[in-house]
Amino acid sequence: MSEAGLHQPFAKSTLPQEPLTDRPSRRGDRLPPMPHEWIDRDRIIDFTFEGTHFWGYAGDTISSALWASGQRILGRSFKYHRPRGILSFANHDINALMQAGEKLNLRADTTPLEPGMTLAAVNTIEGVHNDRASLLNAFSPFLPVGFYYKAFHHKRLFPFWERLIRRISGLGQLVPTTPRIRTAKRYDFCDVLVIGAGVSGLSAALAAAAAGADVALVDENAQAGGSGSYQLGGELALAETTHQLVQQVMHHPRIRLFTQTVAAGYYTDHWVPLVDRDHLTKMRAKAVIIASGAYEQPAVFRNNDLPGVLLASAAQRLIYRYAVKPMHRAVVLVANTDGYRAAMDLLTQGISIQAVVELRSDPIANPWIAQLRSHHVPIYSGYCIYEAKTNPAKDGVCSAVICPIDARGIPQTGFSQAIACDGILMSVGWAPTANLLYQAGAKLRFEPSLQQFVPDTLPPGIFACGRVNGVYEFAEKIHDGQNVGVTAFEYLNNPLPSNSCPLSRLPSFTPPPLHPAPFIPHPKGKNFVDFDEDLQYKDFIHAAQEGFDNIELLKRYTTVGMGPSQGKHSNMNALQILAQITGKSPGEVGTTTARPFFHPVLLSHLAGRSFTPKRQTPLHSRHGALGAKFMLAGQWQRPEYYARSHSSRIDCIQREAIAVRQRVGMIDVGTLGKLEIRGPQAAEFLERVYTGRYANLKGGMSRYALMLDETGVVIDDGVIARLGLDHFYFTTTTSGAAQIHRELTRWNTIWQLDCGIVNLTGARSAINLAGPHARHVLAQLTDCDLSSAAFPYLAVREAIVAQIPVLLLRVGFVGEWGYEIHVAAESTPALWDALMVAGAAHDITPFGVEAQRLLRLEKGHLIVGQDTDGLTTPREAGLAWAVKSDKPFFIGQRSLEILAKQPIQQKLVGFRLDPAFQATPPQECHLVIEQDEIVGRVTSVAYSPTLKQFIGLAYVAPEMATPNHRFNIRLSNGEIVTAIVTSTPFYDPDNQRQKETIAHPSQVAA
Amino acid sequence: MPLRLLKFAFSREYPETRMFRQPDRLQSSYDAVIIGGGGHGLAAAYYLARDYGMTHVAVLEKGYLGGGNTGRNTTIIRSNYLTPEGVKFYNESMRLWQDLSQDFDLNLFYSNRGHFTLAHTDAAVRTMRWRAEVNKHYGIASELVDPETIQKACPLMDLTCAGHAPVLGALYHAPGSIARHDAVAWGYGRGADRRGVEIHQQTEVLGITVRSGKVTGVETNRGSISTSRVLCAVAGFTPRILRLVGLRSPLYIHPLQAMVSEPMKPWLDPIIVSGSLHVYVSQTARGELVMGASLDPYELHATRSTLEFAEGLAAHMLDLFPCLSHVKVVRQWAGIADMTPDFAPIMGKTPISGFYLDAGWGTWGFKATPVSGKTMAYTIAHDRPHPLIESFALSRFANYELVGEKGAASVGH
Ligand SMILES: Cc1cc2nc3c(=O)[nH]c(=O)nc-3n(C[C@H](O)[C@H](O)[C@H](O)COP(=O)(O)OP(=O)(O)OC[C@H]3O[C@@H](n4cnc5c(N)ncnc54)[C@H](O)[C@@H]3O)c2cc1C
Repeated sequence: MSEAGLHQPFAKSTLPQEPLTDRPSRRGDRLPPMPHEWIDRDRIIDFTFEGTHFWGYAGDTISSALWASGQRILGRSFKYHRPRGILSFANHDINALMQAGEKLNLRADTTPLEPGMTLAAVNTIEGVHNDRASLLNAFSPFLPVGFYYKAFHHKRLFPFWERLIRRISGLGQLVPTTPRIRTAKRYDFCDVLVIGAGVSGLSAALAAAAAGADVALVDENAQAGGSGSYQLGGELALAETTHQLVQQVMHHPRIRLFTQTVAAGYYTDHWVPLVDRDHLTKMRAKAVIIASGAYEQPAVFRNNDLPGVLLASAAQRLIYRYAVKPMHRAVVLVANTDGYRAAMDLLTQGISIQAVVELRSDPIANPWIAQLRSHHVPIYSGYCIYEAKTNPAKDGVCSAVICPIDARGIPQTGFSQAIACDGILMSVGWAPTANLLYQAGAKLRFEPSLQQFVPDTLPPGIFACGRVNGVYEFAEKIHDGQNVGVTAFEYLNNPLPSNSCPLSRLPSFTPPPLHPAPFIPHPKGKNFVDFDEDLQYKDFIHAAQEGFDNIELLKRYTTVGMGPSQGKHSNMNALQILAQITGKSPGEVGTTTARPFFHPVLLSHLAGRSFTPKRQTPLHSRHGALGAKFMLAGQWQRPEYYARSHSSRIDCIQREAIAVRQRVGMIDVGTLGKLEIRGPQAAEFLERVYTGRYANLKGGMSRYALMLDETGVVIDDGVIARLGLDHFYFTTTTSGAAQIHRELTRWNTIWQLDCGIVNLTGARSAINLAGPHARHVLAQLTDCDLSSAAFPYLAVREAIVAQIPVLLLRVGFVGEWGYEIHVAAESTPALWDALMVAGAAHDITPFGVEAQRLLRLEKGHLIVGQDTDGLTTPREAGLAWAVKSDKPFFIGQRSLEILAKQPIQQKLVGFRLDPAFQATPPQECHLVIEQDEIVGRVTSVAYSPTLKQFIGLAYVAPEMATPNHRFNIRLSNGEIVTAIVTSTPFYDPDNQRQKETIAHPSQVAA
Repeated sequence: MPLRLLKFAFSREYPETRMFRQPDRLQSSYDAVIIGGGGHGLAAAYYLARDYGMTHVAVLEKGYLGGGNTGRNTTIIRSNYLTPEGVKFYNESMRLWQDLSQDFDLNLFYSNRGHFTLAHTDAAVRTMRWRAEVNKHYGIASELVDPETIQKACPLMDLTCAGHAPVLGALYHAPGSIARHDAVAWGYGRGADRRGVEIHQQTEVLGITVRSGKVTGVETNRGSISTSRVLCAVAGFTPRILRLVGLRSPLYIHPLQAMVSEPMKPWLDPIIVSGSLHVYVSQTARGELVMGASLDPYELHATRSTLEFAEGLAAHMLDLFPCLSHVKVVRQWAGIADMTPDFAPIMGKTPISGFYLDAGWGTWGFKATPVSGKTMAYTIAHDRPHPLIESFALSRFANYELVGEKGAASVGH
């Protein structure tokens, strides 16, 4: 890439009519090497911008490379589609947003150039040069502030207008094929986090580190140094001092420097996300020093948005960082000392200065005035730029129209004159970069001598230095940084509760860096305040006239500061304009709230790798091998059913259910909540949280458990087993496990009963073995006496099954003889395998959640959450039998007592359809309709292969809840299906099958 | 170019007057005082003046107009609720929304987009079917749709949600809409102001005087006022006002956060809500994505933002829309939501005569702005609850007459 030809400092075009070739004057836009420039002149990077081929150097940003190549229009504005170039060159050039393939809204001013980039400005029709949407500029007189509130709202026409408005607004283009990007997130820690590596931040970091702190220093720029390396007033020695500070920082063992890293927000307890190109790092600091500097603010005059009208600091950065000539002949508008420095920076680089226009009538003397005079630069004091004139090519300025301005800020246009130039610098003021300070809870006050908001009180552990602290001069910034660095270190060892009056002393008198009113009205407007949103000076006047004359309403009505730059270059001017209109001081007007993020953050950085918790039972691979179709139950993956080739889902489910009814099946119920409680008051605790009685439960027995909330609503159910006098083991629903454990823990924190609760849900697992052959299968694997006399229904036994210690519960949700076998999670696969082998002769059939739902429905068991809702009481759900109202207390008891006096609204009943029913069956949540009113709904419904008809559960009006009552269910398509109220259980109403010895399997097999 | 914009180009003076006056002094008494200059308070003032001729009314706002939850919300407007009471109430609101821009002569950007509530589990499918059936019963366009229909309306959605929460279906509600929240406050404010209502910003109510069970006045930072009717419409601040009059409510306050992206060209028309992923999103006319999630999981009376919120929401957004990887979030913020145990509002009269309550708007109250204004105005004017809000009375908590709206309100605002 070292071919000399490639070094020509102008664009190479693939198009014959390349517009830049006839502008030889732009050839010299790259300056000779600067002492610490950021570009690598040995590495050329080729790229295209809107079909034209350009090149730049490694280290360039998109804007610096384009500007060096003479490209002046970098984008079009949001509303009027006016041509725009570089304004801030500091990460808020919102009018130079690029689309690069999938990447949208790339900020050209700060995005590093990459080889092969194919760039186009966002939001134009046919490119920046011929943007057809620029027609809107001509219509701008018809588009006053908030115009979209004032028209387009005819009801019939609004959709048309809205479509049009949506099409022409919006910025970049989303590329549908963009893949999901997953980035790693990092956690980091430090003693002192310094945000901003300018002169004050560098000094603070060095001072804190010298004292012994572990320091992290972050800066959004590619290199440290801040304004110390470009606001020089031609004095390269300052840049040298800054460079040395940077070197010291880079070689300090206790300082870590992160460049190209944005501190994107401040969150409680010094939690600061640091965003770099590739990831987000969550930094927890013990103290935070905010040395974020200040944003330069534009002057407001007509056509201040033309390409070539730049903030002075933007020009300085172009020069010293990228060796790019911002312009050839400049007019410099100043209202502070920094403006003179900028003029000197231009002058020393051989850029001719046509005029310095000084807004103040009596500027404070400074050393640069004489220097400029000696170079024959005319200085117009008490003048303003009234207007910038566009060049014939309409891609830049050709002159600045200047005129005197009187004490009230009125331009004296009678005395105007035009000064030819190809660029204008604006240096009229700064606004503190206080976003993070505000987010941290700092209070700022307006300091008239500085015309700036400065920190007034800072929260503990938060410090500020440098410009954000009101300190502007080079040497003072170093001192301020050093002081604050030491103070922050002291805070680490002796954290003070509050940290007020951080501005230990106001800096020695300097003229205020901010002009109080750098806005020049113009009858034709186009004097922009907010470049993101295309807001002109008059828009603020008009908004105030319409009653939006406090800062928050003004912001909302005009949308100032609501664009992607979040007001970095516009909030301060808006505030000053409002102060002017209302005759208040900026301090009285106040600021709007600063919220995260400091700069926009990619969704993919925020999301990181994005883990989604997923839970599998210890038997997951067994299920997979058996062809299970999995479903989600909360975070758990459970077999819905086991698929078989050539069988439909329904057939598979019915086959599983029939196997349980006729032989034996088993289901993984390891997802149930499994809890253990021990202690002298364990029984008392359970009596309080569940509706039943447990004090009288015999050891080795279990009992149904129903839990209510304080309003008497059913929230969970399970089984409680007593393993000893002070020891119970109990289950909750799968979905309720974590929540119920949390709730029980909360209750016992309040009650302080002498018992401890342990959540064993993950540590233990469980298999339910059920069916008439269940006992025979289990008997092959254990010595435990399984006879119904020794091990009756609802009994609990600790036993060894297949050499594995287990807890056997003789319960059954599905209504067959069965065992819930609870076992340590790690032993579950071995137990499952042993049961499969032992059951082989009985054709043991694993069954899934759907078959279980069907089987329990046949038994009329309800599922909490499916057959109950957020207001269901035990009485409505037919669970009154499980509530022992005569206990002294249980949660929900008082509510039930009150409710007992009221009639119930609905009642859960079983129903069946006519056995001959052939049409589309109802689905869960279809409504029960009586005389065209909703009186209930279906909560469960299925075809029972055992009963050979559709059965279900439904809520109906209480007066309908009598067996054989016929009621109407309305399907989604409006059809009515008649159902018949049926008492439950539908199957085995007397529970014979769970209690009596059924014919022994060997006899059946015969 | 609409003709009504012509005057801006051709008139010499800017042809607009104040939307609302700024009265410099409080009067010593008003017929009614409304605490809270959010959408609800302003709407109540508007309808009191318009429908009942009650114009000697003051709206007191401690900050600025619409600066509470009204100006922070994500503006989803829908009526596909679960309970008959809720469905009828919100449906009336939808009806009022239709004509509001024209009534106000102010474009509220009431934009009908269609609203999908995604179901990722069979339990969710059941709830969606329940809502669809109840909605249809009351004549509201709502239906359970399959994944293909969702994909057609929203081609960029990954229906597998990165493989961990596949979309099984959705409740589709064609009337679902969004609107420009600030403009709603201004529209009601201007309408009330033009009819004589006084709007006092930067005026905080610090006390309420009650004599023998009757309201007699309010104390503010700008002086006292005597009045016999007070409407409390302060959303997240309700517990603080109730404490002033010694009333108890079951409200609990949680922060609710939201965030917004940089503008991009339009690609998303409908409003998408997913309860399982805790995400909802719509694209504004400006092209920004407005995104929200569920409540912060703790009680807090503060509007601070958290990083966890942004991280979690971003992850779930990408689960739904992987192609948003390069999209940037500009800003996040928070409001404080006044939650009720049953997710239905608290409206109507209270045990204190002349003290009316409009609260419990949690995460869902923006859409109710018109109907709450209208029914509260009725309630104040007649001293009798409007029939549409009878079941939302504060007394329902003591009487066990909850309105179970949780299934339809928890994430879907
Ligand atoms: C992030 C977020 C997203 C939301 N999304 C939606 C949505 O998509 N759809 C939906 O329908 N709803 C949504 N909501 C809910 C909705 O915003 C609110 O329910 C609704 O705006 C409440 O309106 P309001 O007028 O009652 O209250 P607010 O707008 O909060 O107004 C109350 C006013 O009372 C003032 N006030 C308080 N105390 C005093 C006092 N002592 N004296 C004087 N003034 C006082 C406050 O300053 C405030 O301005 C959301 C809420 C949030 C926070």
